[in-house]
Amino acid sequence: MAEAKAKRFVQQEVPKRSVEERLRSFEEVALGYTEEQAIAEAKRCLRCKEPQCVRGCPVEIEIREAIELIGEGKFDEAIRKIKEKNSLPAICGRVCPQENQCMGQCFLGKKGAPINIGALERFAADYELAKGVDIPEVAASTGKRVAVVGSGPAGLTAAADLAKLGHNVTVFDALHSPGGVLMYGIPEFRLPKRIVEAEVNYVKRLGVRVKADVIVGKMIRLEELFEEGFDAVFIGTGAGLPTFLRVPGENLCGIYSANEFLIRVNLMKAYRFPEYDTPIRVGEKVAVIGGGNVAMDAARSALRLGGKVSLIYRRTEEEMPARLEEVKNAKEEGIGFLFLAAPVAFLGDGRGWVNKIECIRMRLGEPDETGRRSPIPLDNSEFLVDADTVVVAIGQTPNPLAVRNTKEITVSKWGTIKVNPETQETSMEGVYAGGDIVTGDATVISAMGAGKKAARSIHEYLMKK
Amino acid sequence: MGEFKILEKETLAPEIKRLVVSAPLIAERAQVGQFVILRVDERGERFPLTLVDWNTGEGNVTLVFLEVGVSTKKLGALKVGDQILDLVGPLGNPAEIDRYGEAAVIGGGVSVAAMYPRVKALKGAGNRVTSIIGARTSNLLIYEGEIREWSDELHVSTDDGSKGFRGFTSNVLGDLLNRGRRFDFVFAMGPVLMMRAVTEVTRPYGIKTVASLNPIMVDGTGMCGACRVTVGGKTKFTCVDGPEFDAHLVNFAELIARLRTYMGEEQRALRILEAKGLGGG
Repeated sequence: MAEAKAKRFVQQEVPKRSVEERLRSFEEVALGYTEEQAIAEAKRCLRCKEPQCVRGCPVEIEIREAIELIGEGKFDEAIRKIKEKNSLPAICGRVCPQENQCMGQCFLGKKGAPINIGALERFAADYELAKGVDIPEVAASTGKRVAVVGSGPAGLTAAADLAKLGHNVTVFDALHSPGGVLMYGIPEFRLPKRIVEAEVNYVKRLGVRVKADVIVGKMIRLEELFEEGFDAVFIGTGAGLPTFLRVPGENLCGIYSANEFLIRVNLMKAYRFPEYDTPIRVGEKVAVIGGGNVAMDAARSALRLGGKVSLIYRRTEEEMPARLEEVKNAKEEGIGFLFLAAPVAFLGDGRGWVNKIECIRMRLGEPDETGRRSPIPLDNSEFLVDADTVVVAIGQTPNPLAVRNTKEITVSKWGTIKVNPETQETSMEGVYAGGDIVTGDATVISAMGAGKKAARSIHEYLMKK
Repeated sequence: MGEFKILEKETLAPEIKRLVVSAPLIAERAQVGQFVILRVDERGERFPLTLVDWNTGEGNVTLVFLEVGVSTKKLGALKVGDQILDLVGPLGNPAEIDRYGEAAVIGGGVSVAAMYPRVKALKGAGNRVTSIIGARTSNLLIYEGEIREWSDELHVSTDDGSKGFRGFTSNVLGDLLNRGRRFDFVFAMGPVLMMRAVTEVTRPYGIKTVASLNPIMVDGTGMCGACRVTVGGKTKFTCVDGPEFDAHLVNFAELIARLRTYMGEEQRALRILEAKGLGGG
């Protein structure tokens, strides 16, 4: 009896690729539960009367019901239940920061390990992808047309929800492959591109049209979308602009923005150069500046490209915004961490290439407005770090291209689009926005939550019109 | 979808090709000074080319390029009726076309083609236009007739003296200025060493000089920062802040170094491509 109780508090471990294999391969690290594991994990669920997990889910998945179905071996029903609310489960199961959301709320977590909801979601989604995806019936056509600008998590979610409600949806993307940050930002070893393609394909099979290579704001202005016959527009263009440190020497060769580094590796498949045409240069000593998921992705990519990688973060491990699982993976793979340090200059080798970083040491002060303790530079604490490749991963800012020439859209001083938080409505009639373009850089799932909310508002708006 | 189909193809000079490509949306919006980003095939790079011409009515754009690396060789191997996989644009800010008075437009190599819309536009705005075009040798000289048609004055230079002035276009400009010619505006477009030379020629005279920069780009929409340049001590993204900048403020040494970032990789890829051939191209 005591043993059974103890078992209830222990999570089924997700099988992972071995570290040796990971060091030279972009293959996915987490391998996912087997059927037996999924059932065992699902059976740990306490079936709370008022499940807290759901309250932690930005897209409101009926998690308890889905887990129960998995526990009964009813995988088809489980994925259908999940997909009632979430059109991209194979993605969320892999990249959501579950520890801060559903799993963070799980009652079991108070006594032991919470249910690994992410791994179960992924299991159900992969189960369906492997056997062939069922397309749910969509509502009868409303005759209304919606343009979705940006095909990242916010845009895809809005598009899928609107298509299910019977609207005629076209998604535009500036890049050549749809998926936004899922395609260009998150590496293969964390989110295989075939999974993104499969989820995009699902959205297409709901009747959504996807047009790549179209830059709204440049090739067609927002206002013109209405002239072209669209009845409403959703903007989900994300936080696509890189942030640099603005310190001397930052334009030396060998210094990448995280965006450039990851776009080359993920979207352009530079890790397969010269089989693919886009090159990337990773030297012997790589420094990644930052402590978020993007920094972790860049560091682990650089490692797989043969570099010895250190991460430089101005706070301590505790304040790092990266997902716990990814920090753990990075440590296992041998990424070095230099905490409480920040670059003040990049030094060149005399031929235009970076070879050293001048850093200063920091200490932690009082918590700032985000609740994290803010770093304070220590006087006369300069020191040098060797680095022939640097990736600056200190955040992204909203991409203004889509609305730059549209005065009717009110934008904050940070470049984010202002919306009514209840409805995601912008200042322009019929135009809604959500995701990083509204919040500044955040998570895939919060963008999806916003896309979902916007779809609901757009539906109401169109049906009243 | 029939998008980005090659309608015409012409070899202008050894390894310099001209393509007319169907791209109605781009043709409708294109303005002088803007560029497109291309990707030739599924494994291809994204790379920029300045628009040389566009026909809104027929919905096509003209591109001229030198087959210098893997991507341009792949592009050059496409035939009439083939499709370019991805073509996105027009990108970058349109050029400022003013009535300056005496304008000099200087271009070298393959960029002479991209000078053409500029010469036309400056002439159209009421300037007296002096064009200076150059190439390594006479058979690499392109767009001479088209540019002559719209120029009040045309000078030609070749590095080897096989046609026109022997030397560089910047030397031609220097000579004109030495002999007392005055210009109110100079525009330079071409190899970065040429643009830097032109910039140094006009600097002592304080002539407003604009250069169209050609750094490495990936997305072309402000996302990656590969194309960052230092202009007047500030970092600018060529794709969204440019591509044209006050040449006297540009840090050309940095641009030159950054353009060489992938030299080793580019040569390696080219050797591989040449060894296996272009596969029926």
